Amino acid sequence: MIAREQVLHVARLARLALTEEEVERMTEELSSILEHIERIGELDLDDVEPTSHVVDVENVLRADVPRPSLPREKALAPAPDPGPAGFRVPSPGAS
Amino acid sequence: MTQRAAGAGDELAERRYEPVIGLEIHVQLKTRTKMFCGCELAFGEEPNTLTCPVCLGHPGTLPVLNAEAVHFGLMIGLALGCEIAPRSIFHRKNYFYPDLPKGYQISQYDIPLATGGRLGDVRIHRVHLEEDAAKLVHAGSSGRIHGAEASAVDFNRGGTPLVEIVTEPDIHSPQQAGEWLRLLRATLKRLGVSDVNMEEGSLRCDANVSIRPAGTATLGTKTELKNMNSFRFLERGIEAEIARQEEILRGGGAIEQETLHFDPATGSLSSLRSKEEAHDYRYFPEPDLVPIAPTDEMLARAREALPELPAARAERFERDLGLPAATAKLLAFRSELGDYFEEALAADSADAPALANWVTVELVPRLEDEDPFASKVKPRALARLVAMVSERSVSQSAAKEVLDVLAAEGGEPAAIVEQRGLGMAGANELGAIVERAIEANPKAAEEFRAGKQKAIGAIVGFVMRETQGRADGGEVNRLIREKLGA
Repeated sequence: MIAREQVLHVARLARLALTEEEVERMTEELSSILEHIERIGELDLDDVEPTSHVVDVENVLRADVPRPSLPREKALAPAPDPGPAGFRVPSPGAS
Repeated sequence: MTQRAAGAGDELAERRYEPVIGLEIHVQLKTRTKMFCGCELAFGEEPNTLTCPVCLGHPGTLPVLNAEAVHFGLMIGLALGCEIAPRSIFHRKNYFYPDLPKGYQISQYDIPLATGGRLGDVRIHRVHLEEDAAKLVHAGSSGRIHGAEASAVDFNRGGTPLVEIVTEPDIHSPQQAGEWLRLLRATLKRLGVSDVNMEEGSLRCDANVSIRPAGTATLGTKTELKNMNSFRFLERGIEAEIARQEEILRGGGAIEQETLHFDPATGSLSSLRSKEEAHDYRYFPEPDLVPIAPTDEMLARAREALPELPAARAERFERDLGLPAATAKLLAFRSELGDYFEEALAADSADAPALANWVTVELVPRLEDEDPFASKVKPRALARLVAMVSERSVSQSAAKEVLDVLAAEGGEPAAIVEQRGLGMAGANELGAIVERAIEANPKAAEEFRAGKQKAIGAIVGFVMRETQGRADGGEVNRLIREKLGA
């Protein structure tokens, strides 16, 4: 069972502003997901390696060869506030 | 010392502490392209000209790992004597900051590329691969930004391949930290995997510092020091933090675990304390990247790429060539200087300790550039000059003059000696000068004949002045004694 505080904590980390109703719904939904996952703990898995990837592929590597980058105007175009020096953002210290 | 108080407080104030220091080093790799995309790596380009949808974190893009970055990581792991993980994976380290476009950094967590190992007297905890963040240009630090509330992000650096090296807490003084980081820097430079420039940020070092009562084994609460971008700042920062922690403990207080930022301008540390939850990174395996499982071929290639490393080279210089430890270290830790020395040694039959001394004591101050090969003094010429000194065909002081000429104009030492008349005075010339010296110092000659050995000094001095050092002291002594019938 997940506590209300944990939901609020995770929401803060994800920068999500939840309504009171959403907090309640998430507490319930996340709890049921965790309960479902916990059923795995009932199995004897001592000899099973933790799964990090579901495909059996290793060493997908790229040769160290440069490819053209985006023109600056194009890179900056989708930014909400493209300043002359680049992507303008609120100063992290100013919050 | 202030007044002594009685009891436990006194004991607290008198207690001796031992610092326990571990280092975390970030090394920017010298690959041609970024870690997960084909954008070129360059320092000092116009902001945001080296970006693409991958390193800008656009939705739907996929990272592909740079083979050369893995190769460099393996080289570093092997050079540090680590065990390479048969299979290591990437994790997402989740946090929000404007220099991190995806909202997470791709790093390695519980299964790093390499673990264990040792360099010098410090054990290595782990070596892992990750990507660098972009660069935040804060308001005020650039005239281009208006308004104190805004910063600008330059994504050119974002996605640069990094290797993070974490040591065990085996360091016990600021000086040891500085010295060890110099050894690591020399090692990485020798490997050719990074520019290792602390000022430019291609080598960055954080320090974990705690103190404990001397002689005890438990670890105290540690603080993390950041932003020490030179060897001097690293040593000063750690020194300041040890002093700060001692003062707190002596006063009966407790150390708080926090991150401190070193300010080079004031030499002081300030807290970067942020909300506790900022360190809740919620690591999870990066689903967009498959595991690295170094093949025998990859490992063999990395092993073959390893040159002789500075620690081993210093040892060889000391053991095989008979160099003093400090000289051996100086030559080995500055690779180019070591290469220069070895080329000179191979070029002429100079005696190794003498040649090493000439390189480190005489040549280095005359260098205009860090790189001795850029100097007009060719290794062969310096070796010849040192050989001429040992053959006594030129005196020490005259040889220094020859070196001045070599450094300014280049050329061959023998020709310079010839042109400038810097060779040793011949037997006839020297005999005549000795006679003049005795004539000019009748009192000293008299005293010497009467048995006062010291009196010879005045006569020797005269000869040396006359010959401008182009005479061998022993030979001059012998001649004077002969002429005075002693």
